[in-house]
Amino acid sequence: MSAIETKKITIIQAINEAISEAMAADPKVIVLGEDVADREGGGVVGVTRGLSTKYGDERVRSTPITEQAIMGAAIGAAIGGYKVVAEIMLMNFTTVAMDMIVNHAAKLRFMSGGQTGVPIVIRMMTGAGISSGGQHSDFLEAWFAHTPGLKVVLPSNPEDAKGLMLSAIADPDPVIFVECTRAYFTPYETPVNVAPIPLGKAKVTQQGTDVTIISYSEIFLRATAAAAELAKDGISVELIDLRTISPWDRETVIASVKKTGRAVIAHEAVKQFGVGAEIAATLQDELFGQLKAPIKRLGAPFTSVPFSGVLEQAFIVSVADIVAAAKSTLA
Amino acid sequence: MATTSFATGANAAQPDAATQIEIYRRMNLIMQNDEASRKIIRSGRLMMPYYSQRGQEVIPSAISVNLNDDDKICTIYRGIHDMLAKGVPLRALWAEIAGKVTGTCKGKGGPMHITHPASGAILTTGIVGSSMPIANGLAWAAKLDKTRQVTIANFGDGASNIGAFHESLNLASLWKLPVIFVCQNNRFAEHTRYENGTSVDQISKRAAGYGMPGITVDGNDPYEMYAVANEAINRARDGEGPTLIEAMTFRFFGHVFGDDDFYMTKEEKSAAMAADPVPLYRAKLIANGVATEETLAALETDIAAQIADAIEFALASAPPPLEELTRDVYAEQGVA
Ligand SMILES: Cc1ncc(C[n+]2csc(CCOP(=O)(O)OP(=O)(O)O)c2C)c(N)n1
Repeated sequence: MSAIETKKITIIQAINEAISEAMAADPKVIVLGEDVADREGGGVVGVTRGLSTKYGDERVRSTPITEQAIMGAAIGAAIGGYKVVAEIMLMNFTTVAMDMIVNHAAKLRFMSGGQTGVPIVIRMMTGAGISSGGQHSDFLEAWFAHTPGLKVVLPSNPEDAKGLMLSAIADPDPVIFVECTRAYFTPYETPVNVAPIPLGKAKVTQQGTDVTIISYSEIFLRATAAAAELAKDGISVELIDLRTISPWDRETVIASVKKTGRAVIAHEAVKQFGVGAEIAATLQDELFGQLKAPIKRLGAPFTSVPFSGVLEQAFIVSVADIVAAAKSTLA
Repeated sequence: MATTSFATGANAAQPDAATQIEIYRRMNLIMQNDEASRKIIRSGRLMMPYYSQRGQEVIPSAISVNLNDDDKICTIYRGIHDMLAKGVPLRALWAEIAGKVTGTCKGKGGPMHITHPASGAILTTGIVGSSMPIANGLAWAAKLDKTRQVTIANFGDGASNIGAFHESLNLASLWKLPVIFVCQNNRFAEHTRYENGTSVDQISKRAAGYGMPGITVDGNDPYEMYAVANEAINRARDGEGPTLIEAMTFRFFGHVFGDDDFYMTKEEKSAAMAADPVPLYRAKLIANGVATEETLAALETDIAAQIADAIEFALASAPPPLEELTRDVYAEQGVA
């Protein structure tokens, strides 16, 4: 077998490469958002750094602080024939653009009877654990996954981030692309050439027989660490990185839990009414009678992201939480 | 009434005779269509939320004769007049408001969400203020493509108090987008009188805060409306950026069908209706020798027949098949 050429890159670089490749391949791909152009630093953490220099200020456009207008411009330009990558700096700031996202981007294809599709990617970062407090840390993916017309993607590593971003840009519908700040900066060996990864396809990163652990975004990395811990106790974990939560890969998840009979679902967002609830409900519906234990859901307690470090760490699902939940299904 | 210098008097653009008649045709189409809509709702044959545009006929008629087919408009729930003036075909429009599969949107949008891209009618929104941010995007695409197309963003006076208005004007001015913001000031936002909801006496003054020309016009005067629209559209086409036009008008039949107008005086309503712009303009065309009574009467009869035909078509059409319930949520669920 010929070795695949790899290099060490972060999620930041991976997304940058994906957007750059898409822009090089298609002059209709454009980028807008607060501070995204190089004059303003190429994004607050540099995801779009270098793109305006390479592709020009017309195609990579810094905007004022104007989330509604950013989303409106993205939607209109998309209907006008462009593929737009719009950055909303932080996930919490989507709240001031919800009308544009939910009432317009998500619905215009349906309400127009298929005439006006909205091919946009709405990029954002978020995540607790970096002392940003209550208004800069939320995972709100369940809101968007609850909205017909939107797709919702949450990668956990650079290779997936790149492949999923390529698909998101090519997708004819609006895609919410959520980047976890905690996962941004860790370099991983990543293939130099990454093909588009289809949206809605989960990845089974480890086969196992005792319990299936389902997760996404940075919590998936914790699930992976938990699986290693559990292996030490002789527990065989099947690990699924959902990668996309809307649409989500029912077939892969159901097939896995059918095999193991046990499931733990873990995410950073608050547990109540979270993605875990949807998956658990689907699993009991499909596999009632075949489950060997109640499905366990892990998520944040029903509270705001706290500032104080001790509380903030307690807010986020930990490796130990996942280990304990998996063991409880085997007890 | 201008807060900036727009050509006036002899310098203002004037519609030629054929264009004057075309403006009248569009006005009359809107008026008759509105009457037919209210009549059919009263009769119980169709049920829909209906926002009458009666009284506001001049604005889109005098603007749209300055537009090309590939220019775009975004409008609001009270925007059927804008759609008709832009050329949305009557049959598809009526079928849409009747919820039929032959409608512009297969009956899935309804009267508040008419979309007909072939006519440049891109968006009808039910959310106050939301026509503007999306109009900017269409204008941005046209600017990137260097097409010289313009986009009209229609909205009401009340919408000038929502954040989207302010964000949109700022961005359009900053990026010099080929967009024209048309505020159809009918003096009420639902039941709220203009001065009880808006901090300035003229919305056009707000343009100054965004570094763009703003002008208040008599939106019931086809000549004034034409001249101002013509200049704003030319500015946009030539890359000189956006304009805010505040077109003064009045809606004769309240906010939504069934509204009892308790919030306005009988006197102001009857005064507005006495100044009904449609018959006034008709009389002027005849008095000025632009058209004869016979020409206009023939045109009106023709419109009446087209509307009757469209209604019949709509009522006879089938509702969308049940598959349409979940089709078009995503592209892959569209028609193959
Ligand atoms: C964001 C939002 N808030 C409230 C409403 C309810 N609403 C519908 S029309 C309207 C009045 C708008 O008035 P104006 O902008 O002057 O337009 P007009 O109806 O007079 O044409 C209101 C409050 C809405 N549709 N959207």
